[in-house]
Amino acid sequence: MNWRRAVDRVSEILIFTVALVAIAIILLIFVYVGREAFPLVTGTAEGLTLASPFTAPYTWQPVSNTPKYNVFPLILGTIKVTIIAMLIATPLALAAALYTSEFAPRGLREWIKPAIELLAGIPSVVLGFFALMVLATWVQAGFHIAYRLNALTAGIALAFAIIPIIYTVSEDAMTAVPRLYREASLALGASKGQTAVRVILPAAIPGIAAAIVLGFGRAIGETMIVLMVSGNSATWSLDPTNPVRTLSATIAAEMAEAVFGSGHYRILFFIGSLLFIITGVLNWMGERFNRRLRERLFGSA
Amino acid sequence: MNKLGDRFFLILTLFATLIVLAMLGIIVGNIAYHGTARLSWQFITAAPENGMTAGGIFPAIYGTVSLVLLMSLAAVPFGVLVAIYFAEYARPESRLYRWTRMAVNNLAGVPSIVFGLFGLGFFIQSLGRTIDQAFYPGRLLYGQPSILWAAMTMAVLTLPVVIITVEETLRSVPREYREASLALGATRFQTVFRVVLPQAWSGVMTGSILAISRGAGEVAPVLFTGAAYFLPRLPAHPADQFMHLGYHIWVLTTQSTNVEETKPLLYSTVFVLLVLTFLLNIAAILIRNRLRRGGTDRQ
Repeated sequence: MNWRRAVDRVSEILIFTVALVAIAIILLIFVYVGREAFPLVTGTAEGLTLASPFTAPYTWQPVSNTPKYNVFPLILGTIKVTIIAMLIATPLALAAALYTSEFAPRGLREWIKPAIELLAGIPSVVLGFFALMVLATWVQAGFHIAYRLNALTAGIALAFAIIPIIYTVSEDAMTAVPRLYREASLALGASKGQTAVRVILPAAIPGIAAAIVLGFGRAIGETMIVLMVSGNSATWSLDPTNPVRTLSATIAAEMAEAVFGSGHYRILFFIGSLLFIITGVLNWMGERFNRRLRERLFGSA
Repeated sequence: MNKLGDRFFLILTLFATLIVLAMLGIIVGNIAYHGTARLSWQFITAAPENGMTAGGIFPAIYGTVSLVLLMSLAAVPFGVLVAIYFAEYARPESRLYRWTRMAVNNLAGVPSIVFGLFGLGFFIQSLGRTIDQAFYPGRLLYGQPSILWAAMTMAVLTLPVVIITVEETLRSVPREYREASLALGATRFQTVFRVVLPQAWSGVMTGSILAISRGAGEVAPVLFTGAAYFLPRLPAHPADQFMHLGYHIWVLTTQSTNVEETKPLLYSTVFVLLVLTFLLNIAAILIRNRLRRGGTDRQ
């Protein structure tokens, strides 16, 4: 037996094992986040069950004589902030992506893309800090809002965080549209604008859908920004100028104080599992859309 | 759409691009303007004093650097090996490949706070407590938040970054290199580690830098896995807690009793963190651009 062969074989097995461990860790994430919430299913979490987060009264008051753990106000808060962020981020990011891929001179494009990558590299705690120190003052004064920290400010700040992802994914999709499409359209006498709106956008639509879905997932899970600027009060209100509290911020704010193994601790892990599932589904959808884009443009995945 | 409409549309998209770039400019400008006012060498090298209203942030810098170094020790070798499996060994139709692929892609989209929960549930409550029972009976050493577990949590979070970047580079190495090596009688192992991997070195660098930048900036995963607001000593043992730049910013911004007094130092801290992550990101972008250009030249 040749020792080189042996090394070859051993290394292959080693690399194979590492790949297996990688899957194992990823499965473990779900197992362990779910496991800490599991006593809710078996009913051994200080009298709380899986139905507790969804039953009346519709309030989130974990620290009171009779703690109330209804997650609906948190879900409402998450949706409110996310929708505001998406309404701001989506048009801006898509328009910027269209400009970069269709209109920008080559030299300018080489600057815009890295700049937006830098925006993506700003830690969310820094965005949160900026929003708290500067943006909150501007928004409060500009819209004459009673509360300094509110859903609107949090949504605007969150938009900063998701613009890069929507931009990058949709710009990639638009650039992936073959040059032939553009040339054919221009040769038929269409203008650049017509080509962009009627040819490039429709061709790249699955990629744009992927961008929006992935941006949405990122917005729902983003923690530090909403923790710092949403005001953190779990209220039942549709008004965007009221303070809100999101699912992610609730975990961040309360986990350090929750007693290990208590009902509160279990519910927070339950919220974590909820976030995991929601973002998992959104990622899966994003990937499906991206695959459809490739099938559409190149005939195969 | 006529010529006028065309012009309007161009201006509209340009305007959106400018708004996004202006956002970046305003954020960076504001932080640089206020952040450099009180910045000094002493601020970077001294410990905080007077309830964070004077002195520096050295322990937070030290903690952050130690955290990302420990994290890289785990994430980089592991990530590179998984990438090698993906690019060099896996058959695309095999079930293991498809499952791992899906798992890695999914991992990249999991919210960072969920990683924090995982770190608490798995590393601290399960693994740490088990280690304590086995080796330090009756003591609580590894069964509590520490820099080791925070680094491991961060390593899991940054793993997809390393895997995806390295895999992309490995795939850009032309097939002829592998064929030539194998034809000369080299084994697969020798081909991968002596021929392909050296070609993909810049990818390993980019992946590691991006992972470090992410690890230095994320706060949610260390909230309850080991970061502390103030510690009199620097961490010296894996089971010690640590101070962290991002965590420091969060606590000072939201829980300070004396905002006006801490504000100048706070701005400087944010500036330091921003410069740190920007330098890392710019380095990654430069290496990657050079790499991509190199890649197209070769084909």
